[in-house]
Amino acid sequence: MAATTSPAVPAGRGPWQLARAELRRRTSVKLSLAVVALFVFMAAAAPLLSSLSGWGPDEFDKSAVDPYLGGQPIGPLGGVSAEHWLGVEPVTGRDLFARVVHGAQVSLLIAFAATAIVVVTGVAAGTAAGYFGGGTDAVLSRLMDLTMSFPSLIFMIAMMSVARDVNRIVLMTAVIGLFGWPGIARVVRGQTLSLKHREYVDAARVGGAGPWRILTRDILPGVAGPVIAYTTLIVPGMIATEAALSYLGVGVRPPTASWGQMIAESVSFYDTDPMYFIVPSTCLFLTVLAFTLLGDALRDILDPRSARA
Amino acid sequence: MILYTLRRLAAVIGVLTAVAAVTFTIFYVLPSDPAAAACGKACSAERLAAIRAHMGLDQPLWRQFWEFVSGIFTGRTTGSGQYAMRCGFPCLGYSYENSEAVWDLLTDRLPVSASLAIGAAALWLALGLSAGTVAALRKGTLTDRVLMVGAVGAASLPVYFTSMMLIYGVIRVAGLLPYPQYVPFGDDPVGWASNLLLPWLALAVLYAAMYARQSRSSMIETMAEPYIRTARAKGLPRRTVVVKHGLRAGMTPVLTLFGMDLGGLLAGAVITESIFGLPGVGRLFYGALSTGDQPVILGVTLLAAAFIVVANLAVDLLYAVVDPRVRL
Repeated sequence: MAATTSPAVPAGRGPWQLARAELRRRTSVKLSLAVVALFVFMAAAAPLLSSLSGWGPDEFDKSAVDPYLGGQPIGPLGGVSAEHWLGVEPVTGRDLFARVVHGAQVSLLIAFAATAIVVVTGVAAGTAAGYFGGGTDAVLSRLMDLTMSFPSLIFMIAMMSVARDVNRIVLMTAVIGLFGWPGIARVVRGQTLSLKHREYVDAARVGGAGPWRILTRDILPGVAGPVIAYTTLIVPGMIATEAALSYLGVGVRPPTASWGQMIAESVSFYDTDPMYFIVPSTCLFLTVLAFTLLGDALRDILDPRSARA
Repeated sequence: MILYTLRRLAAVIGVLTAVAAVTFTIFYVLPSDPAAAACGKACSAERLAAIRAHMGLDQPLWRQFWEFVSGIFTGRTTGSGQYAMRCGFPCLGYSYENSEAVWDLLTDRLPVSASLAIGAAALWLALGLSAGTVAALRKGTLTDRVLMVGAVGAASLPVYFTSMMLIYGVIRVAGLLPYPQYVPFGDDPVGWASNLLLPWLALAVLYAAMYARQSRSSMIETMAEPYIRTARAKGLPRRTVVVKHGLRAGMTPVLTLFGMDLGGLLAGAVITESIFGLPGVGRLFYGALSTGDQPVILGVTLLAAAFIVVANLAVDLLYAVVDPRVRL
């Protein structure tokens, strides 16, 4: 038998590989990834970094502020020196670098944990509502409507302010996470509805697969793309909410630092010591911006509605 | 249409009752005793019990809730004898702090919050929609790029940051405007606008950026629809195609967003109001938190929820007017 030349198989590239190649092409993605990596590193290595700089976040340094000028930092740009890399707080003389790095830890920890709650709840509710339909869908959809009708910021502020003897970081994560899930649940529900009567899902059903197996093996991979994109877009909102609550004084309490709370404290010094205001504000701005850009790019690429021609 | 509206109105009442119940339970179950706070440090057990009875706190929770809800419609009397207070429809109770009726407190402050929200909304709609539409029509050009980079940047600015920059730049350095002081519109419309200009700007920057992003993507989607091609092929001027055919359908997703945002802002601009010292509902709420004034907290939460739900309903009804493809 003559050797049959098998047709050249085109180098197959799966959707995930295509997505990764597309991501690598964009400059904005590289830049925002770098910023995100920087702040995540800062947050993760906070104790290490502040021990490198030689100052803890709660160490007072009275020698860095001028008692005769109302506690103004000594030196240019809010007391920037070899000792204090980003200057010091007025009055107390606490090291700004150490505080901003520890603030990153609190801010990002709360934002990531709240995002995790939102995504897990949202995906679970969305797939259940979309796949089972009927009564389950009706109940879950009403619950989504109800949650979205809550004046969430007002409610979060109120809940945070009445709670007394609890771990504020845990409470804040839970409270922020509580109101975020309907958005992603609606996206997932729509996606699940469009997937559940595809042939491959029907085939699995005919093959005797139970709902759990179908949901995890057939539906979840199908909704993964949009979920990843929306997750990235949820993070900046969570960071901003945490900062807003701490700014209003109902979030983490001093001496624990978070960016929002540092900004709130710096507001009364904005005139005499602008650096104190600028340092945490810049961190907050850059992190939110980077996550938004990253999420935008991911949505362009992974969301099925944006055509990947 | 009428049936639909009625059904939705029933849903609105259901949602508001649920919000009231949840808020009520949380704030009355959590460990804070307003009676003890009102009684002060040197407080005898009898006096505490009397105050609790006066406030109705000795009743079981469901009973308190029922009194509250039915009180909204029929009014209610709290206390007895010479301390009795009659609170007419719509009764949201009395502030623990200064014994004023919550409803009066809210209606006193509402014009300030409404002025802030409506002015800011007009500003951000104008800025956001025009930026988004221009960017969509020039998709891929430098104009589009610049506008969208600006929008992402502006959307990342927290409102307190923008506010502080405006206060510093416009009031402190340039001295163009005095520090905002609320003037009622009826007294002096020009003073009203010039005092509210900075708070409007501070709020509008963030929302304008979000609306620019949203309206750009929705306009791009709409302008690719076949009926737009038809309109263009008929030889209609570009302006008519964009404004009458494109914008009308392209704005429906933006409308949804607008309903929620405006509803949320009417009673929720806590940060802006406290930075600029505007005596609105947000400030009232913030003050009530520090004193644990539960009737006021509950009243503001309910009012805010009512605005959100009603705004959503209004948007859904408007849908049918704006987009002829929507049938209710």
